Amino acid sequence: MSERPDVYHSISTTTFDIVEKPLSRWRKVADHAAARKIALLAGLAVVWELYARWLANPLVLPRFSETVAAGAAAVISGELPRAAASTIGLLLKGYLAGLVLAALLTALASATRIGADFLETLTAMFNPLPSIALLPLALIWFGLGEASIIFVLIHAVLWAVALNAHAGFRSVSPTLRMVGQNYGLSRAGYIARILIPGAFPSILTGLKVGWAFAWRTLIAAELVFGVSSGSGGLGWYIYEHKNELLIPSVFAGLLTVILFGLLVDNLVFKTIESRTVRRWGMQT
Amino acid sequence: MLLAVEGVTLRYRTKDHLVTATYRVSFNVLRSDRFVILGPSGCGKSTLLKAVGGYLSPVEGRILLNGAPVREPGPDRVFVFQEFDQLLPWKTVTENIVFALTASGKLARREAEERALHFIRKVKLAEFRHSYPHVLSGGMKQRVAIARALAMEPEILLMDEPFAALDALTRSQMQEELLQLWEETRFTVLFVTHSIPEAIRVGSRILLLSAHPGQVKAEIEAAGADAARIEELLFEPEKEGGAAAHV
Repeated sequence: MSERPDVYHSISTTTFDIVEKPLSRWRKVADHAAARKIALLAGLAVVWELYARWLANPLVLPRFSETVAAGAAAVISGELPRAAASTIGLLLKGYLAGLVLAALLTALASATRIGADFLETLTAMFNPLPSIALLPLALIWFGLGEASIIFVLIHAVLWAVALNAHAGFRSVSPTLRMVGQNYGLSRAGYIARILIPGAFPSILTGLKVGWAFAWRTLIAAELVFGVSSGSGGLGWYIYEHKNELLIPSVFAGLLTVILFGLLVDNLVFKTIESRTVRRWGMQT
Repeated sequence: MLLAVEGVTLRYRTKDHLVTATYRVSFNVLRSDRFVILGPSGCGKSTLLKAVGGYLSPVEGRILLNGAPVREPGPDRVFVFQEFDQLLPWKTVTENIVFALTASGKLARREAEERALHFIRKVKLAEFRHSYPHVLSGGMKQRVAIARALAMEPEILLMDEPFAALDALTRSQMQEELLQLWEETRFTVLFVTHSIPEAIRVGSRILLLSAHPGQVKAEIEAAGADAARIEELLFEPEKEGGAAAHV
Protein backbone atom coordinates (compact mmCIF):
# COMPACT_ATOMS: atom_id res chain seq x y z
CA MET A 1 0.00 0.00 0.00
CA SER A 2 1.18 3.50 -0.79
CA GLU A 3 1.97 5.85 2.07
CA ARG A 4 0.67 8.86 0.20
CA PRO A 5 -2.78 10.05 1.23
CA ASP A 6 -5.54 10.74 -1.28
CA VAL A 7 -5.87 14.42 -2.14
CA TYR A 8 -9.03 16.27 -3.21
CA HIS A 9 -9.32 19.83 -4.52
CA SER A 10 -12.28 22.08 -5.07
CA ILE A 11 -12.17 23.74 -8.47
CA SER A 12 -12.22 27.50 -8.86
CA THR A 13 -15.07 28.98 -10.90
CA THR A 14 -14.49 32.72 -10.63
CA THR A 15 -10.84 33.66 -10.50
CA PHE A 16 -9.70 33.28 -14.12
CA ASP A 17 -8.35 36.36 -15.87
CA ILE A 18 -10.08 35.60 -19.14
CA VAL A 19 -12.73 33.03 -19.81
CA GLU A 20 -14.03 34.49 -23.03
CA LYS A 21 -13.20 37.92 -24.39
CA PRO A 22 -14.10 39.45 -27.77
CA LEU A 23 -11.10 40.04 -30.06
CA SER A 24 -10.19 43.56 -31.13
CA ARG A 25 -11.56 44.84 -34.42
CA TRP A 26 -8.10 45.02 -36.00
CA ARG A 27 -7.47 41.38 -35.07
CA LYS A 28 -10.76 40.33 -36.69
CA VAL A 29 -9.96 42.16 -39.94
CA ALA A 30 -6.48 40.63 -39.98
CA ASP A 31 -7.99 37.19 -39.51
CA HIS A 32 -10.16 37.68 -42.59
CA ALA A 33 -8.40 36.06 -45.55
CA ALA A 34 -10.21 38.20 -48.13
CA ALA A 35 -9.18 41.41 -46.34
CA ARG A 36 -5.53 40.35 -46.29
CA LYS A 37 -5.63 39.46 -49.98
CA ILE A 38 -7.27 42.74 -50.99
CA ALA A 39 -4.56 44.61 -49.08
CA LEU A 40 -1.91 42.62 -50.96
CA LEU A 41 -3.53 43.44 -54.31
CA ALA A 42 -3.63 47.13 -53.44
CA GLY A 43 0.05 46.94 -52.52
CA LEU A 44 0.90 45.35 -55.88
CA ALA A 45 -1.03 48.06 -57.73
CA VAL A 46 0.98 50.75 -55.93
CA VAL A 47 4.28 49.01 -56.80
CA TRP A 48 3.18 48.77 -60.44
CA GLU A 49 2.23 52.46 -60.57
CA LEU A 50 5.53 53.59 -59.01
CA TYR A 51 7.68 51.34 -61.23
CA ALA A 52 5.86 52.45 -64.40
CA ARG A 53 6.33 56.11 -63.48
CA TRP A 54 10.02 55.49 -62.90
CA LEU A 55 10.34 53.55 -66.18
CA ALA A 56 8.38 56.21 -68.09
CA ASN A 57 7.91 54.02 -71.19
CA PRO A 58 4.16 53.45 -71.75
CA LEU A 59 4.84 51.16 -74.74
CA VAL A 60 6.54 48.63 -72.48
CA LEU A 61 4.67 49.16 -69.24
CA PRO A 62 1.79 51.64 -68.97
CA ARG A 63 0.96 53.04 -65.57
CA PHE A 64 -1.70 51.37 -63.45
CA SER A 65 -3.80 54.52 -63.60
CA GLU A 66 -3.58 54.60 -67.43
CA THR A 67 -4.60 50.95 -67.58
CA VAL A 68 -7.59 51.54 -65.33
CA ALA A 69 -8.56 54.60 -67.39
CA ALA A 70 -8.32 52.63 -70.64
CA GLY A 71 -10.33 49.84 -69.09
CA ALA A 72 -13.00 52.23 -67.82
CA ALA A 73 -13.27 53.89 -71.23
CA ALA A 74 -13.64 50.48 -72.89
CA VAL A 75 -16.30 49.50 -70.40
CA ILE A 76 -18.24 52.71 -71.04
CA SER A 77 -17.96 52.34 -74.83
CA GLY A 78 -19.24 48.78 -74.42
CA GLU A 79 -16.27 47.29 -76.25
CA LEU A 80 -14.84 45.41 -73.25
CA PRO A 81 -18.18 44.09 -71.91
CA ARG A 82 -19.03 42.86 -75.41
CA ALA A 83 -15.70 41.05 -75.71
CA ALA A 84 -16.08 39.57 -72.22
CA ALA A 85 -19.65 38.45 -72.91
CA SER A 86 -18.58 36.76 -76.12
CA THR A 87 -15.74 34.97 -74.36
CA ILE A 88 -17.89 33.88 -71.43
CA GLY A 89 -20.69 32.66 -73.65
CA LEU A 90 -18.28 30.54 -75.63
CA LEU A 91 -16.65 29.31 -72.46
CA LEU A 92 -19.94 28.19 -70.94
CA LYS A 93 -20.88 26.30 -74.10
CA GLY A 94 -17.57 24.43 -74.15
CA TYR A 95 -17.57 23.85 -70.41
CA LEU A 96 -21.08 22.43 -70.31
CA ALA A 97 -20.45 20.22 -73.34
CA GLY A 98 -17.29 18.96 -71.63
CA LEU A 99 -19.22 18.22 -68.43
CA VAL A 100 -21.88 16.26 -70.27
CA LEU A 101 -19.26 14.13 -72.01
CA ALA A 102 -17.36 13.67 -68.75
CA ALA A 103 -20.54 12.50 -67.05
CA LEU A 104 -21.14 9.95 -69.80
CA LEU A 105 -17.58 8.65 -69.70
CA THR A 106 -17.62 8.43 -65.91
CA ALA A 107 -20.95 6.62 -65.93
CA LEU A 108 -19.53 4.13 -68.41
CA ALA A 109 -16.40 3.75 -66.30
CA SER A 110 -18.42 3.16 -63.13
CA ALA A 111 -20.72 0.65 -64.77
CA THR A 112 -18.19 -1.66 -66.40
CA ARG A 113 -14.59 -2.63 -65.89
CA ILE A 114 -13.73 -2.19 -69.55
CA GLY A 115 -15.29 1.29 -69.36
CA ALA A 116 -12.95 2.11 -66.49
CA ASP A 117 -9.97 0.85 -68.48
CA PHE A 118 -11.15 2.92 -71.44
CA LEU A 119 -11.38 6.09 -69.36
CA GLU A 120 -8.04 5.53 -67.67
CA THR A 121 -6.25 4.87 -70.96
CA LEU A 122 -7.80 7.85 -72.73
CA THR A 123 -7.06 10.13 -69.79
CA ALA A 124 -3.47 8.97 -69.60
CA MET A 125 -3.11 9.73 -73.33
CA PHE A 126 -4.91 13.03 -73.63
CA ASN A 127 -4.59 14.70 -70.24
CA PRO A 128 -0.93 15.69 -70.76
CA LEU A 129 -1.68 17.05 -74.24
CA PRO A 130 -2.18 20.84 -74.10
CA SER A 131 -5.56 21.61 -75.63
CA ILE A 132 -4.18 24.47 -77.64
CA ALA A 133 -1.99 21.99 -79.51
CA LEU A 134 -5.17 20.55 -81.01
CA LEU A 135 -6.26 23.91 -82.41
CA PRO A 136 -4.57 23.57 -85.81
CA LEU A 137 -6.22 20.19 -86.27
CA ALA A 138 -9.57 21.54 -85.05
CA LEU A 139 -9.32 24.34 -87.64
CA ILE A 140 -8.96 21.78 -90.40
CA TRP A 141 -11.83 19.63 -89.10
CA PHE A 142 -14.31 22.29 -88.08
CA GLY A 143 -13.18 25.40 -89.92
CA LEU A 144 -12.54 28.87 -88.60
CA GLY A 145 -15.29 29.40 -86.06
CA GLU A 146 -16.98 28.56 -82.81
CA ALA A 147 -17.01 24.82 -83.41
CA SER A 148 -13.22 24.61 -83.41
CA ILE A 149 -12.92 26.54 -80.16
CA ILE A 150 -15.62 24.46 -78.49
CA PHE A 151 -13.77 21.34 -79.59
CA VAL A 152 -10.55 22.41 -77.86
CA LEU A 153 -12.53 23.58 -74.82
CA ILE A 154 -14.14 20.18 -74.50
CA HIS A 155 -10.72 18.62 -74.64
CA ALA A 156 -9.54 20.98 -71.90
CA VAL A 157 -12.47 20.19 -69.57
CA LEU A 158 -13.27 16.57 -70.27
CA TRP A 159 -10.23 14.74 -68.94
CA ALA A 160 -9.75 16.71 -65.76
CA VAL A 161 -13.41 16.36 -64.79
CA ALA A 162 -13.79 12.71 -65.78
CA LEU A 163 -10.57 11.68 -64.05
CA ASN A 164 -11.48 13.38 -60.77
CA ALA A 165 -15.09 12.23 -60.79
CA HIS A 166 -14.02 8.66 -61.49
CA ALA A 167 -11.46 8.74 -58.67
CA GLY A 168 -14.14 10.24 -56.41
CA PHE A 169 -16.65 7.49 -57.11
CA ARG A 170 -14.05 4.84 -56.42
CA SER A 171 -13.14 6.43 -53.10
CA VAL A 172 -16.67 6.32 -51.68
CA SER A 173 -16.25 4.12 -48.62
CA PRO A 174 -17.57 0.55 -48.65
CA THR A 175 -19.53 1.30 -45.46
CA LEU A 176 -21.41 4.15 -47.12
CA ARG A 177 -22.16 1.92 -50.09
CA MET A 178 -23.55 -0.76 -47.79
CA VAL A 179 -25.63 1.84 -45.96
CA GLY A 180 -27.04 2.99 -49.28
CA GLN A 181 -28.02 -0.55 -50.23
CA ASN A 182 -29.44 -1.22 -46.78
CA TYR A 183 -32.22 1.32 -47.15
CA GLY A 184 -33.47 -0.10 -50.41
CA LEU A 185 -32.53 2.76 -52.72
CA SER A 186 -33.15 2.27 -56.42
CA ARG A 187 -30.14 2.23 -58.74
CA ALA A 188 -30.70 5.87 -59.72
CA GLY A 189 -31.38 6.90 -56.13
CA TYR A 190 -28.21 5.17 -55.04
CA ILE A 191 -26.15 7.14 -57.56
CA ALA A 192 -27.84 10.46 -56.84
CA ARG A 193 -28.06 10.19 -53.05
CA ILE A 194 -24.96 8.20 -52.10
CA LEU A 195 -22.34 8.11 -54.86
CA ILE A 196 -22.47 11.69 -56.12
CA PRO A 197 -22.49 13.38 -52.69
CA GLY A 198 -19.88 10.90 -51.47
CA ALA A 199 -17.63 11.73 -54.41
CA PHE A 200 -18.42 15.44 -54.31
CA PRO A 201 -15.06 16.68 -52.97
CA SER A 202 -13.30 15.08 -55.96
CA ILE A 203 -15.98 16.17 -58.40
CA LEU A 204 -15.63 19.76 -57.22
CA THR A 205 -11.86 19.61 -57.64
CA GLY A 206 -12.43 18.35 -61.18
CA LEU A 207 -14.85 21.19 -61.91
CA LYS A 208 -12.33 23.76 -60.67
CA VAL A 209 -9.39 22.34 -62.58
CA GLY A 210 -11.54 21.96 -65.69
CA TRP A 211 -12.69 25.55 -65.41
CA ALA A 212 -9.14 26.86 -65.12
CA PHE A 213 -7.97 24.78 -68.09
CA ALA A 214 -10.91 25.95 -70.19
CA TRP A 215 -10.37 29.61 -69.36
CA ARG A 216 -6.68 29.53 -70.30
CA THR A 217 -7.29 27.53 -73.43
CA LEU A 218 -10.03 29.86 -74.59
CA ILE A 219 -7.99 33.05 -74.17
CA ALA A 220 -5.07 31.43 -75.98
CA ALA A 221 -7.29 30.21 -78.81
CA GLU A 222 -8.83 33.66 -79.23
CA LEU A 223 -5.41 35.24 -79.33
CA VAL A 224 -4.66 33.09 -82.33
CA PHE A 225 -7.68 33.91 -84.40
CA GLY A 226 -10.57 35.49 -82.52
CA VAL A 227 -14.01 34.38 -83.52
CA SER A 228 -15.24 34.49 -87.05
CA SER A 229 -18.69 35.73 -86.13
CA GLY A 230 -17.33 39.28 -86.05
CA SER A 231 -17.53 40.02 -82.34
CA GLY A 232 -14.21 38.85 -80.97
CA GLY A 233 -13.62 37.84 -77.37
CA LEU A 234 -11.16 39.02 -74.74
CA GLY A 235 -8.20 37.28 -76.36
CA TRP A 236 -8.96 38.98 -79.63
CA TYR A 237 -9.41 42.30 -77.82
CA ILE A 238 -5.88 41.96 -76.41
CA TYR A 239 -4.39 40.91 -79.73
CA GLU A 240 -6.08 43.68 -81.72
CA HIS A 241 -4.99 46.44 -79.35
CA LYS A 242 -1.43 45.16 -79.37
CA ASN A 243 -1.46 45.60 -83.15
CA GLU A 244 -2.68 49.16 -82.71
CA LEU A 245 -0.01 49.73 -80.03
CA LEU A 246 -2.71 50.68 -77.52
CA ILE A 247 -0.74 49.09 -74.72
CA PRO A 248 -2.91 50.37 -71.81
CA SER A 249 -5.86 48.64 -73.48
CA VAL A 250 -3.82 45.44 -73.78
CA PHE A 251 -3.17 45.60 -70.05
CA ALA A 252 -6.82 46.40 -69.37
CA GLY A 253 -7.76 43.27 -71.32
CA LEU A 254 -5.28 41.18 -69.36
CA LEU A 255 -6.59 42.61 -66.09
CA THR A 256 -10.12 41.68 -67.12
CA VAL A 257 -9.01 38.11 -67.77
CA ILE A 258 -7.36 37.97 -64.34
CA LEU A 259 -10.29 39.61 -62.56
CA PHE A 260 -12.76 37.24 -64.09
CA GLY A 261 -10.66 34.25 -63.07
CA LEU A 262 -10.44 35.57 -59.49
CA LEU A 263 -14.15 36.28 -59.41
CA VAL A 264 -15.21 32.82 -60.49
CA ASP A 265 -12.77 31.14 -58.16
CA ASN A 266 -13.63 33.26 -55.11
CA LEU A 267 -17.33 33.78 -55.60
CA VAL A 268 -18.59 30.70 -57.39
CA PHE A 269 -16.29 27.88 -56.32
CA LYS A 270 -15.49 29.14 -52.82
CA THR A 271 -19.20 29.56 -52.14
CA ILE A 272 -20.00 26.07 -53.35
CA GLU A 273 -17.12 24.77 -51.26
CA SER A 274 -18.14 26.47 -48.04
CA ARG A 275 -21.75 25.37 -48.44
CA THR A 276 -20.91 21.77 -49.21
CA VAL A 277 -17.66 19.96 -48.53
CA ARG A 278 -16.51 22.36 -45.80
CA ARG A 279 -19.79 22.30 -43.96
CA TRP A 280 -19.86 18.51 -44.23
CA GLY A 281 -16.30 18.20 -42.91
CA MET A 282 -15.34 16.24 -46.02
CA GLN A 283 -12.43 18.45 -46.98
CA THR A 284 -9.20 18.10 -45.08
CA MET B 1 -39.00 -18.13 -35.14
CA LEU B 2 -37.81 -14.88 -36.70
CA LEU B 3 -34.49 -15.76 -38.31
CA ALA B 4 -33.31 -19.23 -39.24
CA VAL B 5 -29.73 -19.84 -40.35
CA GLU B 6 -29.50 -23.40 -41.62
CA GLY B 7 -26.15 -25.04 -42.37
CA VAL B 8 -24.68 -21.91 -43.89
CA THR B 9 -21.27 -22.10 -45.53
CA LEU B 10 -19.84 -18.80 -46.71
CA ARG B 11 -16.91 -18.26 -49.02
CA TYR B 12 -15.36 -15.09 -50.33
CA ARG B 13 -12.64 -14.42 -52.84
CA THR B 14 -9.54 -12.40 -52.09
CA LYS B 15 -6.97 -11.45 -54.70
CA ASP B 16 -5.48 -14.93 -54.87
CA HIS B 17 -7.44 -17.14 -52.49
CA LEU B 18 -10.89 -18.56 -52.05
CA VAL B 19 -11.53 -18.33 -48.33
CA THR B 20 -14.12 -20.30 -46.39
CA ALA B 21 -15.39 -17.92 -43.75
CA THR B 22 -17.95 -20.11 -42.00
CA TYR B 23 -18.71 -23.81 -42.33
CA ARG B 24 -22.24 -25.21 -41.87
CA VAL B 25 -23.34 -22.76 -39.25
CA SER B 26 -26.89 -23.13 -37.91
CA PHE B 27 -28.80 -21.14 -35.34
CA ASN B 28 -32.24 -19.67 -34.75
CA VAL B 29 -33.10 -16.20 -33.52
CA LEU B 30 -36.42 -15.63 -31.79
CA ARG B 31 -38.28 -12.35 -31.58
CA SER B 32 -36.83 -9.98 -28.94
CA ASP B 33 -33.64 -12.02 -28.67
CA ARG B 34 -30.40 -10.24 -28.03
CA PHE B 35 -28.48 -12.85 -29.96
CA VAL B 36 -24.70 -12.48 -29.83
CA ILE B 37 -22.29 -14.10 -32.23
CA LEU B 38 -19.00 -14.37 -30.37
CA GLY B 39 -15.72 -15.52 -31.79
CA PRO B 40 -12.07 -14.66 -32.29
CA SER B 41 -10.87 -12.54 -35.20
CA GLY B 42 -11.18 -14.41 -38.48
CA CYS B 43 -14.02 -16.68 -37.43
CA GLY B 44 -16.24 -15.24 -40.14
CA LYS B 45 -18.70 -13.65 -37.76
CA SER B 46 -18.86 -10.35 -39.66
CA THR B 47 -19.18 -12.24 -42.93
CA LEU B 48 -22.05 -14.19 -41.40
CA LEU B 49 -23.76 -10.98 -40.38
CA LYS B 50 -23.31 -9.57 -43.89
CA ALA B 51 -24.92 -12.72 -45.27
CA VAL B 52 -27.92 -12.18 -42.99
CA GLY B 53 -27.92 -8.59 -44.21
CA GLY B 54 -28.14 -9.92 -47.76
CA TYR B 55 -24.78 -8.57 -48.96
CA LEU B 56 -23.54 -12.02 -49.94
CA SER B 57 -25.23 -15.34 -50.42
CA PRO B 58 -24.27 -18.68 -48.90
CA VAL B 59 -22.63 -21.33 -51.10
CA GLU B 60 -24.42 -23.94 -49.01
CA GLY B 61 -27.40 -23.82 -46.66
CA ARG B 62 -29.97 -21.05 -46.41
CA ILE B 63 -30.98 -18.02 -44.40
CA LEU B 64 -34.68 -17.50 -43.75
CA LEU B 65 -36.30 -14.37 -42.34
CA ASN B 66 -39.90 -15.08 -41.32
CA GLY B 67 -39.69 -18.16 -43.48
CA ALA B 68 -38.64 -16.32 -46.65
CA PRO B 69 -35.08 -16.67 -47.98
CA VAL B 70 -32.85 -13.60 -47.72
CA ARG B 71 -31.70 -12.53 -51.19
CA GLU B 72 -30.58 -8.92 -51.05
CA PRO B 73 -30.09 -6.07 -48.58
CA GLY B 74 -33.31 -4.51 -47.40
CA PRO B 75 -34.75 -2.14 -44.81
CA ASP B 76 -36.22 -5.02 -42.76
CA ARG B 77 -32.66 -5.84 -41.62
CA VAL B 78 -30.90 -2.64 -40.66
CA PHE B 79 -27.18 -2.61 -40.09
CA VAL B 80 -25.18 -0.71 -37.49
CA PHE B 81 -21.54 -0.85 -38.50
CA GLN B 82 -18.38 -0.48 -36.50
CA GLU B 83 -17.07 2.33 -38.72
CA PHE B 84 -17.92 5.90 -37.80
CA ASP B 85 -18.35 6.81 -41.47
CA GLN B 86 -21.68 5.00 -41.70
CA LEU B 87 -23.46 8.34 -41.29
CA LEU B 88 -23.84 10.36 -44.47
CA PRO B 89 -21.47 13.28 -43.86
CA TRP B 90 -23.55 15.61 -46.05
CA LYS B 91 -26.63 15.24 -43.87
CA THR B 92 -27.29 16.47 -40.34
CA VAL B 93 -28.20 14.09 -37.54
CA THR B 94 -31.92 14.55 -38.21
CA GLU B 95 -31.52 14.36 -41.98
CA ASN B 96 -29.58 11.11 -41.67
CA ILE B 97 -32.53 9.48 -39.98
CA VAL B 98 -35.09 11.13 -42.22
CA PHE B 99 -33.09 9.92 -45.22
CA ALA B 100 -33.29 6.33 -44.01
CA LEU B 101 -37.03 6.54 -43.43
CA THR B 102 -37.89 8.25 -46.70
CA ALA B 103 -35.39 6.45 -48.97
CA SER B 104 -36.85 3.15 -47.90
CA GLY B 105 -40.35 4.49 -48.55
CA LYS B 106 -41.33 3.81 -44.97
CA LEU B 107 -42.65 7.26 -44.13
CA ALA B 108 -43.41 10.58 -45.77
CA ARG B 109 -41.12 13.46 -44.92
CA ARG B 110 -43.20 15.06 -42.16
CA GLU B 111 -43.81 11.90 -40.22
CA ALA B 112 -40.20 10.88 -40.78
CA GLU B 113 -39.05 14.12 -39.15
CA GLU B 114 -41.26 13.52 -36.14
CA ARG B 115 -40.07 9.99 -35.71
CA ALA B 116 -36.44 11.04 -36.20
CA LEU B 117 -36.76 13.56 -33.39
CA HIS B 118 -38.36 10.97 -31.15
CA PHE B 119 -35.43 8.59 -31.57
CA ILE B 120 -32.84 11.37 -31.34
CA ARG B 121 -34.32 12.18 -27.93
CA LYS B 122 -34.12 8.53 -26.99
CA VAL B 123 -30.37 8.48 -27.58
CA LYS B 124 -30.05 11.85 -25.82
CA LEU B 125 -28.78 13.87 -28.77
CA ALA B 126 -31.56 16.45 -29.04
CA GLU B 127 -29.19 19.42 -28.88
CA PHE B 128 -27.13 18.01 -31.74
CA ARG B 129 -30.00 17.27 -34.07
CA HIS B 130 -28.93 19.98 -36.55
CA SER B 131 -25.22 19.13 -36.38
CA TYR B 132 -23.26 17.45 -39.12
CA PRO B 133 -21.64 14.12 -38.21
CA HIS B 134 -18.07 15.43 -38.39
CA VAL B 135 -18.54 17.54 -35.27
CA LEU B 136 -19.77 14.60 -33.20
CA SER B 137 -17.61 12.29 -31.10
CA GLY B 138 -17.30 8.61 -31.97
CA GLY B 139 -19.80 7.58 -29.32
CA MET B 140 -22.32 10.17 -30.49
CA LYS B 141 -21.99 8.98 -34.07
CA GLN B 142 -22.72 5.43 -33.01
CA ARG B 143 -25.73 6.66 -31.07
CA VAL B 144 -27.04 8.38 -34.20
CA ALA B 145 -26.50 5.17 -36.17
CA ILE B 146 -28.42 3.24 -33.52
CA ALA B 147 -31.20 5.83 -33.51
CA ARG B 148 -31.38 5.62 -37.29
CA ALA B 149 -31.59 1.84 -37.18
CA LEU B 150 -34.22 1.80 -34.42
CA ALA B 151 -36.30 4.45 -36.20
CA MET B 152 -36.60 2.03 -39.10
CA GLU B 153 -38.26 -0.47 -36.76
CA PRO B 154 -36.67 -3.35 -38.62
CA GLU B 155 -37.53 -6.99 -38.08
CA ILE B 156 -34.00 -7.47 -36.86
CA LEU B 157 -31.17 -5.10 -36.02
CA LEU B 158 -27.74 -6.25 -37.21
CA MET B 159 -24.89 -4.82 -35.16
CA ASP B 160 -21.35 -5.47 -36.36
CA GLU B 161 -19.06 -4.72 -33.40
CA PRO B 162 -20.72 -1.32 -33.05
CA PHE B 163 -18.74 -0.31 -29.97
CA ALA B 164 -15.35 -1.80 -30.90
CA ALA B 165 -13.83 1.50 -31.99
CA LEU B 166 -14.88 3.36 -28.83
CA ASP B 167 -12.83 3.98 -25.71
CA ALA B 168 -13.54 1.69 -22.76
CA LEU B 169 -15.64 4.17 -20.76
CA THR B 170 -17.85 5.18 -23.66
CA ARG B 171 -18.15 1.58 -24.68
CA SER B 172 -19.46 0.50 -21.31
CA GLN B 173 -21.89 3.43 -21.27
CA MET B 174 -23.16 2.54 -24.74
CA GLN B 175 -23.75 -1.08 -23.74
CA GLU B 176 -25.84 0.17 -20.84
CA GLU B 177 -27.82 2.52 -23.10
CA LEU B 178 -28.44 -0.23 -25.61
CA LEU B 179 -29.88 -2.43 -22.87
CA GLN B 180 -32.11 0.43 -21.70
CA LEU B 181 -33.38 0.97 -25.22
CA TRP B 182 -34.06 -2.73 -25.50
CA GLU B 183 -36.05 -2.66 -22.26
CA GLU B 184 -38.26 0.04 -23.81
CA THR B 185 -39.03 -1.52 -27.18
CA ARG B 186 -37.81 -5.12 -27.05
CA PHE B 187 -36.38 -5.10 -30.55
CA THR B 188 -34.58 -8.16 -31.92
CA VAL B 189 -30.86 -7.72 -32.35
CA LEU B 190 -28.12 -9.88 -33.81
CA PHE B 191 -24.90 -8.59 -32.29
CA VAL B 192 -21.39 -9.53 -33.41
CA THR B 193 -18.44 -9.09 -31.06
CA HIS B 194 -15.07 -10.57 -30.17
CA SER B 195 -15.27 -9.43 -26.55
CA ILE B 196 -16.45 -12.03 -24.05
CA PRO B 197 -17.50 -9.50 -21.37
CA GLU B 198 -19.48 -7.54 -23.97
CA ALA B 199 -21.22 -10.72 -25.14
CA ILE B 200 -22.25 -11.62 -21.60
CA ARG B 201 -23.39 -8.11 -20.80
CA VAL B 202 -25.28 -7.30 -23.99
CA GLY B 203 -26.59 -10.69 -25.03
CA SER B 204 -29.45 -12.87 -23.96
CA ARG B 205 -28.13 -15.82 -25.94
CA ILE B 206 -24.59 -16.39 -27.18
CA LEU B 207 -23.36 -18.36 -30.17
CA LEU B 208 -19.70 -19.33 -29.95
CA LEU B 209 -17.80 -19.68 -33.22
CA SER B 210 -14.41 -21.30 -33.66
CA ALA B 211 -11.70 -19.67 -35.71
CA HIS B 212 -10.99 -20.09 -39.39
CA PRO B 213 -13.37 -21.26 -40.74
CA GLY B 214 -16.09 -20.44 -38.24
CA GLN B 215 -18.01 -23.43 -36.92
CA VAL B 216 -20.51 -23.45 -34.09
CA LYS B 217 -18.82 -24.46 -30.85
CA ALA B 218 -21.74 -23.87 -28.55
CA GLU B 219 -24.95 -21.91 -28.10
CA ILE B 220 -25.60 -20.85 -24.51
CA GLU B 221 -27.80 -18.62 -22.38
CA ALA B 222 -26.02 -15.40 -21.48
CA ALA B 223 -27.56 -15.16 -18.04
CA GLY B 224 -25.14 -16.83 -15.66
CA ALA B 225 -22.59 -17.56 -18.40
CA ASP B 226 -19.05 -17.83 -17.12
CA ALA B 227 -16.34 -15.87 -18.95
CA ALA B 228 -13.58 -18.35 -18.13
CA ARG B 229 -15.66 -21.26 -19.39
CA ILE B 230 -16.42 -19.40 -22.65
CA GLU B 231 -12.77 -18.61 -23.16
CA GLU B 232 -11.95 -22.27 -22.67
CA LEU B 233 -14.59 -23.28 -25.21
CA LEU B 234 -13.38 -20.75 -27.76
CA PHE B 235 -9.71 -21.51 -27.57
CA GLU B 236 -9.58 -25.24 -26.87
CA PRO B 237 -7.30 -26.28 -29.76
CA GLU B 238 -4.81 -23.50 -29.12
CA LYS B 239 -4.44 -24.48 -25.48
CA GLU B 240 -2.27 -27.47 -26.30
CA GLY B 241 0.20 -25.22 -28.09
CA GLY B 242 0.30 -23.09 -24.98
CA ALA B 243 -0.45 -19.90 -26.90
CA ALA B 244 -2.74 -17.91 -24.67
CA ALA B 245 -5.19 -16.08 -26.85
CA HIS B 246 -6.24 -12.65 -25.75
CA VAL B 247 -9.61 -11.26 -26.48
